[in-house]
Amino acid sequence: MLNLAILLQAESELLPWQQSMADFFFSDGMVTLGTWIAAGLTLFMFSFVYKDNPLFRFGEHLYLGISAGYLMSLYFFNNMKPKFFYPLMPFLDVSGDTTLNLWVLIPGILGLFIIFRLIPGWGWLSRITFAFYIGGFTGITLPKVLNGLLLPQFYATIDRIPYMVTSWDELVLLINALVLFVGALSVLVYFFFSVEHRGFVGGVSRVGIYTLMIAFGASFGYTIMARVSLLIGRMQFLMFDWIGEEIVGRIAVLFHGG
Amino acid sequence: MQFLRKQFPVMLAFVMGMTMFIREFVPAKFSERLYYGFTNWAIVITGFAAVFAILSLLHHHMNKVRRRAQGYGYSVITILAFIQMIILGLVFSVEPRTPAGWEYQWMFVPMQATMFATLAFFIASAAFRAFRARTWEALALLIAGLIVMIGRVPIGEYISTHLGTFADWIMNNPNMAGFRGIVLGVALAQVAIAVRIIFGIERTYMGGGD
Repeated sequence: MLNLAILLQAESELLPWQQSMADFFFSDGMVTLGTWIAAGLTLFMFSFVYKDNPLFRFGEHLYLGISAGYLMSLYFFNNMKPKFFYPLMPFLDVSGDTTLNLWVLIPGILGLFIIFRLIPGWGWLSRITFAFYIGGFTGITLPKVLNGLLLPQFYATIDRIPYMVTSWDELVLLINALVLFVGALSVLVYFFFSVEHRGFVGGVSRVGIYTLMIAFGASFGYTIMARVSLLIGRMQFLMFDWIGEEIVGRIAVLFHGG
Repeated sequence: MQFLRKQFPVMLAFVMGMTMFIREFVPAKFSERLYYGFTNWAIVITGFAAVFAILSLLHHHMNKVRRRAQGYGYSVITILAFIQMIILGLVFSVEPRTPAGWEYQWMFVPMQATMFATLAFFIASAAFRAFRARTWEALALLIAGLIVMIGRVPIGEYISTHLGTFADWIMNNPNMAGFRGIVLGVALAQVAIAVRIIFGIERTYMGGGD
């Protein structure tokens, strides 16, 4: 049975039974078992490359359940425990840093309003929570976007253009800065739909399309390379961690004819 | 009651929005406390929202099991995987040397990495379709993508020693220009939507119905 005191205990030394459990899960046998399970699940997930099949769907649903449970537990320990449960029950915080703060009941009630969406006829209460949450963050975001994103990005786009060109390096800088400035501006024009894209505006808009296409192509290529490096990582796991370097070496010798 | 359902949320969004906006320009201790107080409360609310999301997920899968819908066995796997993970996670925490940490290392990480690695195959096949140069725009996409890909692998060095430099130039200039244009557009839209929410013009967060 879950014990509330254990759930809410502070990050302190593990209890003896927790320690022996930790030792067990990191024993050689459990590491070997883990490697086999990881290899099996890796193959299950890779099987989708051929086509959708029960092994992949098993892995997919297992992943969904495990990730939901893991992320919920992580959120509980990192956020809910220190920011909600400790202020309500400070005696559970063995560090003694937390004092009683009943104000956290307000976000608790607002949070419950979201869960009330599951009860027919009570769902409207969640509007109060969303208004509080979205309204507050909107007020926070507005000056931050203006000061921290919009103006610095405009400034950085214009600021790269050198005042004068006296050397080859400065000419390269000027060309790069103009590519950035014209590209960014033309993309903005492309997304500006209040004016018909004809004549000069249409021409600038076309430059915007090409800039976007080059950007998407480059990002696409970059993403493929990132995914391929992940693929190499999984292959290395299967070949060296699971099958073993020695066996892979022997197979390689067979193929290369000694 | 109608006031609480319709007008009160809009008023609350206005008050919260204006308070947090004005707070930014008040260099006082209480202003800072207001900011941290609000963000801490938001963290708690997010926790409850996560619980709601999990309940919805379980509700969906339990419904499938109850109706014996096609493939309901997979829903049983999701439910069992979630229940065992949440129990292990809450009882032993999610630190590396715990059962939940063990599952994270040997189940969650390999499956996640493999899922993203599998995308390499699907992106490659999508690229085959997308990179057919039917128009000049598609040609620009094709050339930029190929240069970035080839410029970042050893074969690129064999073709031309400048290919890597050119790939970097594409990433740092035209690519940055395209994404900066998008970022500026998003920032402008964020400002516009923020003003609309604060003044109650944008009310989609309230959902439909009464």
